[in-house]
Amino acid sequence: MNLEYFQMVDRVEAIDLERRAIRCLAQVPERSTIFEGHFPGYPVMPGTLLVEAVAQVGGFLLMALDGYSRMPVLTQVVKARIREAVEPGAVLTIEAEVQQVSSGISAIDGRISVAGSESRTRAAECEIRYRTMPFPAPGLRELVIARAREIGAPVTAAGPGEAQR
Amino acid sequence: MTAFSQETFDSVADIIADICSIDRAAIAPDSHAVNDLGIDSLDFLDVTFDIDKKFGIKMPVEQWMEEVNQGDADADEFFVMKNLVVRIEELRAAKAV
Repeated sequence: MNLEYFQMVDRVEAIDLERRAIRCLAQVPERSTIFEGHFPGYPVMPGTLLVEAVAQVGGFLLMALDGYSRMPVLTQVVKARIREAVEPGAVLTIEAEVQQVSSGISAIDGRISVAGSESRTRAAECEIRYRTMPFPAPGLRELVIARAREIGAPVTAAGPGEAQR
Repeated sequence: MTAFSQETFDSVADIIADICSIDRAAIAPDSHAVNDLGIDSLDFLDVTFDIDKKFGIKMPVEQWMEEVNQGDADADEFFVMKNLVVRIEELRAAKAV
């Protein structure tokens, strides 16, 4: 994770396009300016950033499914539960699956778990909706695809506007 | 020719009233979703989402918008409630085949 650049996903560990599900890994950095304020003497990941992490994982899943033809933009956090504090250095498993894809709007269910020494605990769960739209800035699609490749998300052939609908 | 269904209208009106915080009694078959009910595009996406879910269909709203923007269709064909209900019935019928 690079919190300052909003890069919340380190690696795609598994993706199943048939089941429309994804599992990613992300390690919370040991140091970040965010922890200086949140909170002094008690550094924890802001819950809103955990929601953002789930939203990004779901976003990569939706883009992989439609050949990166459209960009999912967060429009609604239908439900979010932050179950426990996530500390600097924590290794997160972030999962998401598609709940529904409609015309111009998609929804996912997602969750975050933290690897502990002996067990894995659920840190957060969210239901998130996106508006899906043509990439709004020139070159952005290429940048997103480059980032997808970097984290190991599958990039298939479908061109812009080819999929969906 | 697919006909208007009062039952479908009631379901759609319930969804709109709930999502858009509109008085259910103000939603009539002749109401225009945008001009009369004032539903904005984000709310309409949510309405679409819930209608799709309820009826197991996929309303091609973006395609409709394109047809309207290109002058191939009149917005009333999709966004006046009774017409929207007929569109939904058509999609349900097509799915049942």
